[in-house]
Amino acid sequence: MRGMRVSDQRIFADALLTGRPSCPPGLTAWNGSDPERRFAIYRSNVIVSLIDALADTFPVTQQLVGEEFFRAMARLFVQEHPPRSRILAFYGEGLANFIEAFAPAAAVPYLADVARLEMLRVSAYHAADAMPLTAEAISRLLADVAVLPEARIGLHPSLAVLRSGHAVVSLWAAHQAADAAQALAAVDPEAAETALVLRAGLDVEISRIPDGAAAFIEQMRQGAAFGDAAEQASAADPAFDLAATLGLLMRGGAITTMTIPRSATS
Amino acid sequence: MNAPVFSVPDTIGAAARGLPARGGVGLKPEHFREILATAPDIGFFEIHAENYMVDGGPFHHYLGRIRERYPLSIHGVGLSIGGESPLDADHLDRLAMLLARYQPESFSEHLAWASHGDVFLNDLLPVPYHAGTLARVCDHIDQVQDRLRRRMLLENPATYVEFAASTMAETEFIAEVVRRTGCGLLLDVNNVHVACVNHHRDPYAYIDALPAEAVGQIHLAGFAQDVDAAGEPLLIDSHGAPVAQAVWDLYRHALARVGPVATLIERDNDIPALPVLLAEAHQAERLMGEALAPSIARGFPCGACA
Repeated sequence: MRGMRVSDQRIFADALLTGRPSCPPGLTAWNGSDPERRFAIYRSNVIVSLIDALADTFPVTQQLVGEEFFRAMARLFVQEHPPRSRILAFYGEGLANFIEAFAPAAAVPYLADVARLEMLRVSAYHAADAMPLTAEAISRLLADVAVLPEARIGLHPSLAVLRSGHAVVSLWAAHQAADAAQALAAVDPEAAETALVLRAGLDVEISRIPDGAAAFIEQMRQGAAFGDAAEQASAADPAFDLAATLGLLMRGGAITTMTIPRSATS
Repeated sequence: MNAPVFSVPDTIGAAARGLPARGGVGLKPEHFREILATAPDIGFFEIHAENYMVDGGPFHHYLGRIRERYPLSIHGVGLSIGGESPLDADHLDRLAMLLARYQPESFSEHLAWASHGDVFLNDLLPVPYHAGTLARVCDHIDQVQDRLRRRMLLENPATYVEFAASTMAETEFIAEVVRRTGCGLLLDVNNVHVACVNHHRDPYAYIDALPAEAVGQIHLAGFAQDVDAAGEPLLIDSHGAPVAQAVWDLYRHALARVGPVATLIERDNDIPALPVLLAEAHQAERLMGEALAPSIARGFPCGACA
């Protein structure tokens, strides 16, 4: 009976992704020609469309290794990690880890982090919308020194921080320049950098931030009180500049809420 | 059996009104700003549902503004109606949310499968046509129409292989799905041409065998050309080229049977400048006008009598 067999679509899917079998059984063509050639159209559609989806997400990663290398690597990724979601915008989420373990890419040690940055960029692009607090509202709270240390800051859903042992922001930025080769020549890829990814309005911006600012943002994200977060950031980075960090977040519209816990106001 | 369950009134009238009998184009992010800046004269836009299943950002920003100005068709590519696996309830919920947000005039999906288990294959894969698959496809469409509380349109597929297990012609299968579920048809004329060349069938007879009254929308697109293992032409539904003359000719035939109906120019690869797509949509409208002209002429004697 049909229902007792191994699923036909399971065999079809395996043949698409792995080539084993090279063609599922039970396919026909009007002229009796070998259906494998016809089946190959489906395999090509599946694999190529998924590689294309990755290429859309990772343009700089692709430029760093060249199209041929990138597509060969992406093909292996697609075969080992086919999408588990119908929403392909986020399909590349596993690619950076794959690159890290992909021996042929070892000659480009910063490749995985550049891929991480590009994925964060796409995630920020599609992240939920949130209205930034007005500068007046923020200033009012910052002036209320009695309760400020207990304040919790809510950050924009698009905001992300990436710490890298490589010059991930400079490498990425060099590829946005008109003359990428010249810009790239000026970058020391071994210089550690921390990236801030943030959508301001409709545009995702990528900037380099000091370690202290990153620590402050991470503390805030975890729900730490303003005072504690600033203290932790200073401990992590003696050069931490609270005013500059707040200015950076305010300019990018990254502060969406500021709340004072009830206990602090009583 | 399978009485239509979507007769529950829509919360607003968009779905009930349907798409206008005009040309439309696929909405592409590279055209967002130009559309808002130039307000082109076009009948409707169509989006792929899955591209807009994101929380926020520019896609929703622009779609919201464009939808305020134009009728909208939402076209799903990931529901896997022809799949052996059960429908993905979470995906259906996401679709319901998207439809609730944008209230499109039309929702359509494919007679195909795209996922197996939890793996999404991102292609429209072929289904054998027999009593078992018919029951499954109808069951899935019933679930979709129940959940979305509206009638959906089902698109005929472009296929490259056929199945030894098939016992019904594709047109017979589709007609029976329409009869049992009350769904409408999205007649993809390019798919008819592609499939009929690939399987050596008569595309005109194919269109004649479908229930014309169920057609709620037409798709037109371009194809790529290959050959099969015997050297016979094998056409690929690439959505990467202008509409071919053979497809325009077949479209004329479809219009003669169906009458003027919302017609989309589908282009997903090698996307040209917006005016190029608009020109193809306007060409579809000219052919709609020509198809209508004889019936208007036939109406004149009566008008003269009055």
